[in-house]
Amino acid sequence: MKETTTNELSANLESSRSELQSLTEVAQQIRRDIVGMIKRARSGHLGPSMSCVELLVSLYFDQMKCRPRDPTWRDRDRLVLSKGHAAPALYATLARAGFFDESVLLSFRQIGSMLQGHPVTRIPGVDVSTGSLGQGLSIANGIALAGRLDGKSYRVYVLMGDGECDEGQVWEAAMTAGHLGLSNVTAVIDRNGVQSDDATEKIKRKEPLDRKWRSFGWQVLEIDGHNFAQIRHSFDLAESTTDRPTVIIARTLKGKGLSFLEGDANSHNVTLSDKDLEWAMDELS
Amino acid sequence: MPSLKDELGKVLIELGKEYGDMVVISGDLGKSTGASAFEVFPERYFNLGISEQDMIGTAAGLASAGKIPIVSTYAIFLVGRAWEQIRNSVARDSLNVKMLATHGGVSAYADGGSHQCYEDIAIMRCIPGVTVMVPADVSELRQAARAAVEISGPFYIRLPRGEISRIFEENSEFQVGKARRISEGEDVGIIVSGFLLPEVIKAEALLKKEGIRATVLDMHTIKPPDAEAIVDVARQTGAMVTVEDHNIIGGLGSTVAEVLSSKSPAPVEMIGISDRFGESGELSQLMDLYRLGALDIANAAKRVIKLKDLRRGMSS
Repeated sequence: MKETTTNELSANLESSRSELQSLTEVAQQIRRDIVGMIKRARSGHLGPSMSCVELLVSLYFDQMKCRPRDPTWRDRDRLVLSKGHAAPALYATLARAGFFDESVLLSFRQIGSMLQGHPVTRIPGVDVSTGSLGQGLSIANGIALAGRLDGKSYRVYVLMGDGECDEGQVWEAAMTAGHLGLSNVTAVIDRNGVQSDDATEKIKRKEPLDRKWRSFGWQVLEIDGHNFAQIRHSFDLAESTTDRPTVIIARTLKGKGLSFLEGDANSHNVTLSDKDLEWAMDELS
Repeated sequence: MPSLKDELGKVLIELGKEYGDMVVISGDLGKSTGASAFEVFPERYFNLGISEQDMIGTAAGLASAGKIPIVSTYAIFLVGRAWEQIRNSVARDSLNVKMLATHGGVSAYADGGSHQCYEDIAIMRCIPGVTVMVPADVSELRQAARAAVEISGPFYIRLPRGEISRIFEENSEFQVGKARRISEGEDVGIIVSGFLLPEVIKAEALLKKEGIRATVLDMHTIKPPDAEAIVDVARQTGAMVTVEDHNIIGGLGSTVAEVLSSKSPAPVEMIGISDRFGESGELSQLMDLYRLGALDIANAAKRVIKLKDLRRGMSS
């Protein structure tokens, strides 16, 4: 039985399966929030935040057992945002899901704000402080092991970047999860094909990414990371697979939602001028 | 002398019986460190293989979900290789991860420079919120490990390889952050932590024969330092010696100098590794080479007393 959110939109999500159209609307709102936050802060990772919006919306509005008004509920599903620089996307999703008031969003990166540049656990809904790449999967494994020891059935999701798979620790953790058959861990890779300096395949070839994970003992699913039906189906499949962990390689577009940024390597850490902002808000409305 | 691996194994099992949430993580060196004794609780023992970063990250996850993970492997690999994971995944959230490292300092004498860790105290000290301890004997090992499990937050405990002394009585008075006075004397203060305490005790006896009286302080907790005790000794003696099998940059000596320089300046002679890497040899040979023995300590005491007298002579 999935817990529900409390804002107006959530009234439509009461039934056990959400309308995918509602999810699309939520995603659009979150994209507007992201642009607004990064513009106000004058810094932030726009491209990588935009590429994982559908994934985060699916997790918080359609998939994870969680209680926005009781963020430390012991039986909750957990998310580790291992690609911590997508913080704007996470924050907007948490706010829209009811973990904290959306008025806080514009304080992103301001001094004294709980909305730090990268996620910290003092934010309601954030279970793990991240920001340094490659560390989230190990942490997720640890949480999953604790769950096993306590006889709990909660799931642990990890959202990673594809560039992040350069880090050796990712593969240490992948080996551990494969070896221990941690089926309550579901990894999602935001495969937007671009890292900070350039395209991923120009920096350090990740392909064949699917075969790498499979060889480490994982079930590998490949989907369109902007397609809610595919995302939902892949999470269901992961949940029903009980002998091994699952990684969902989600093909996405960096800067998705803004036509002038989509797929652009320069969108990693860009901020928009006032004119760009108007254009962006127009596109997203 | 008691075997470190046996004693570590015993204390882990004892604590494991009392604390059901305690788990142990090793990195393929469980047999060498003694951590594998915890296999008596098979569902709570995790050998993650030769993957220190994964060990620390997994420990962070376990801690965030309410467990008390003890992570154990060789010092240089645990806090060296996984330093950033400790800093970012554990310390920033003050997670309940307890790092018990063996093979600290000169006790890894045969293995050579790659394994002799002379930097761990320095790099753990500078991470906010980590309690750093260097037990000197079996009873301090047991009490430090217990304190680590009972007190919330990240702990780093540095242990030697092979053997560990028996100096203090079991259950003698011990408090994290409180240095222990071992002897009284007005002429010089000698502060030591860990493996070299027996050498300091010998040095104190040598000095006494020559009519030089030393106050000896066992500082098992480097962070938080017992500033009050350090200042008391400095005021009492005016001349200090610090003793550690660690680089004189960044360890116990630096800690003492930091405390004294603003509170009670006194000359400090630092016995330790003079900013060099280790090498293979017998323990006694390396102790001579690196000037860590009782005679070196006694000579350092005499030098610093001379310096004190010189300064007092100049100002009178």
